[in-house]
Amino acid sequence: MDKNRFIVGHLPVYFPREIIHAANGLAVGILGGGDKKLIIKGDAYYQSYICHMPRSIIELAMDKHFASFDGFIFPSICDVIRNLSGMFQLMGEAKFVKYLDLPQNFKPHIGGVFYRHELQTILDEVYKLNGVQVTAKRLNHSIGLFNKNRRLINQLYDIRQEYPWRLTADDIYHVVRAGYVIPVEEHNEILTNVIDLIRRETGDPMDKIRVLVIGAFCEQPPVGLIRTIELAGCYIVEDDFLLGARWIQGDIDCESEDPIEAITTAYLEKSTFSSSVFDVDNPKEARLVNLIRQRKVDGVIFAAPSFCDPALLDHPILQKECNDKNIRFISFLYSENTGQFKVIKEQVGTFSDSIKLWDEPVTGVSL
Amino acid sequence: MSNEVAKERSMIIQKEMITRLFKELSNAKETGKKVVYTFVPGNISELILSFDMLPVYPEINALQSGMRKKSGGYIRDAEQHGHSEDVCTYVKCDVGMMLNGNIGPTGEKIPNPDLLLLSYTGCFTFLKWFETLERLYPGVPVALLHTPYQEAHKITPEMTAYMVKQLKEEVIPKMEKVSGNKYDEEKLKSILRNASKVEDYIVKIFDTTKHRPSPIDAYFAGVYYIGPINSGFRGTTEAVDYYAELYKEILTRIEKNLGPITPEGEMEEERFRLVVEGPPNWTHFREFWKLFYDMGAVIVASSYTKVGGVYDMGFRVNPDKPLESLAEYCMNCYTNLNLQQRVDLLSKCITDYHADGFLVNSIKSCNSFSAGQLMIMQQLERKLEIPVGFIESDLVDPRYFSYSNIKNRLESFFQMLEQRKMIMTRH
Ligand code: SF4
Ligand code: SF4
Repeated sequence: MDKNRFIVGHLPVYFPREIIHAANGLAVGILGGGDKKLIIKGDAYYQSYICHMPRSIIELAMDKHFASFDGFIFPSICDVIRNLSGMFQLMGEAKFVKYLDLPQNFKPHIGGVFYRHELQTILDEVYKLNGVQVTAKRLNHSIGLFNKNRRLINQLYDIRQEYPWRLTADDIYHVVRAGYVIPVEEHNEILTNVIDLIRRETGDPMDKIRVLVIGAFCEQPPVGLIRTIELAGCYIVEDDFLLGARWIQGDIDCESEDPIEAITTAYLEKSTFSSSVFDVDNPKEARLVNLIRQRKVDGVIFAAPSFCDPALLDHPILQKECNDKNIRFISFLYSENTGQFKVIKEQVGTFSDSIKLWDEPVTGVSL
Repeated sequence: MSNEVAKERSMIIQKEMITRLFKELSNAKETGKKVVYTFVPGNISELILSFDMLPVYPEINALQSGMRKKSGGYIRDAEQHGHSEDVCTYVKCDVGMMLNGNIGPTGEKIPNPDLLLLSYTGCFTFLKWFETLERLYPGVPVALLHTPYQEAHKITPEMTAYMVKQLKEEVIPKMEKVSGNKYDEEKLKSILRNASKVEDYIVKIFDTTKHRPSPIDAYFAGVYYIGPINSGFRGTTEAVDYYAELYKEILTRIEKNLGPITPEGEMEEERFRLVVEGPPNWTHFREFWKLFYDMGAVIVASSYTKVGGVYDMGFRVNPDKPLESLAEYCMNCYTNLNLQQRVDLLSKCITDYHADGFLVNSIKSCNSFSAGQLMIMQQLERKLEIPVGFIESDLVDPRYFSYSNIKNRLESFFQMLEQRKMIMTRH
């Protein structure tokens, strides 16, 4: 066992895990308790009208699931996460708890300088844990590994969009999610093997519509829900379930003399769109429509966690655009522990049937 | 309870100030004055005033709609336009008001914005709110001022530098362009000098609750007292005069040993002193307040009166460093404090103002306040061994105000306070 290794938990959506890897740490994604964790204590900390995820995270903390964690990072995404960082500080959960204020200003000398300093604060904290100096060489190496990781995940999604019957959406989900809890080297190996496997023709295409699921970037839908969507006549060819793993669109420079600057620049220039980022210069509806075209989507499913202000306040904007562009959509709410999918199955089934029956297929699947 | 409800001079002054502002707004197109929409927490109204522009606060419009019983309809209209039941009702109330012609509290139309100034201190929903407004007013420029959170319990030089750069390179140039005026630092400094005087008064006014009986209610009446600083008057001479008058009136009340004024006259017997966390309900404001004063409960401090700025910990704007000061002001607003700081501040209020109990009014709409409130409550209960109470309502959605529920909970809370008092006197 490597005694110098430490564990840092990070919450959704995006956190540059490269810097933890370069310091000989493991960044572990904390995405809630899902439908497996029974909530007993967590409810005493959250009112009924707050989303489910923070209460399951508190439950996990109180049940000592994070006992071996050395630190926690709470990237800025909403007020619930922000205040949860304060709760972790009050509970004295780890050696450090850092709220990472991702800048909303995307100019290098304004937001960039601020972001750099935020990252440096994290590096200073983790240095205290094991004394490993994050050199340019170490960080470039880590960036390279995560570049590979992002490329592999993108390949997986690309193959999936072309041949969606080869691997189910919940299989993909599990494969990508594994990367949130294991070292990137191992994850890259798994991804490579899975890609090898699905490069080969397996299974038969079915008469399903191709959908994009959006709104699920933070509190994760239960796997049963992902399965239900596919069983009800859809292929999920694009989603924002584990958006953080694909946040940076493209590679980060891994040969720079100043790799922190490279990570900063990538955040400023290559971030995807999300409900947690103000989009004034880059409207999200246009980006959604691009994605719909790119992935040859027949319909959109807006699936958001109950009480999620960021996702739900985006929906009228995105849905108006869908209406204007004649893109079919449905929407529903879930919570990570939703256990009954009957209504959703009917809703999705009707949606899929109506598109199959009444719409000219936008693309059809390539047979 | 005395039945005489005479309007004090300060109330008349405030009413005149607000009426004048709305008049100016309704004449803005004729006078050529530019209109800036912005938010209360972290409102850099001094900068807006220095450019001779007029501020509009969608939150204030929403709360006014709540008080005028219009919000229920507005919210329904917004929901019919695709807004979820689950999100902040201020946003929906504002959207609904716009769908209905954007008629303000004085019955006149509020002009469209010339600039959307998004300084979203302490709440992410502001960001989403302006994304919505930006689409409702296409082509209107947006100036964004991102206020970093006090996550490490302090304001660092990097945080201030980030904000000052945004002010210099994002906000001010857009204000210059929209207003047609150049940035005038001397003018801003003189406005800030007034603001600093106002801040002194605010502290003195809310500190008078140390007296027994407390001469004011720092929550229900407190929301009126913060009206001028939260609606664009902070750096004006009118605000200085208003607060000087208000302070004078309160001192007179102290001299006469009078309790706070309520809508039904003076509260004669002070039985319970409370500190309240969370915004009030606006749709049933009077009934809500009555539940307290009927029981002889006075609020001696509230976090809500600190959303537009926290001054009791010593912060004052410094006219010699205008932009740094505006930045620090934004970072110091209540909801931009981390939970430990909030616990410390509330705990100081409970101790300094000799509160008998601590009450949370948890607002369905507002994650910025509500998420973490239960832990704040537990911490204070443990730390100060003080009785704590919890009620739930909403800001402007009348569907979430259950009078009987709140009444029951408050009655149990007051009983608990009563028993504790008896035990304490016995020992
Ligand atoms: S699910 Fe939505 S509201 Fe809840 S923590 Fe995540 S972003 Fe915030
Ligand atoms: S969430 Fe709270 S602070 Fe934010 S806009 Fe709504 S009411 Fe205001």
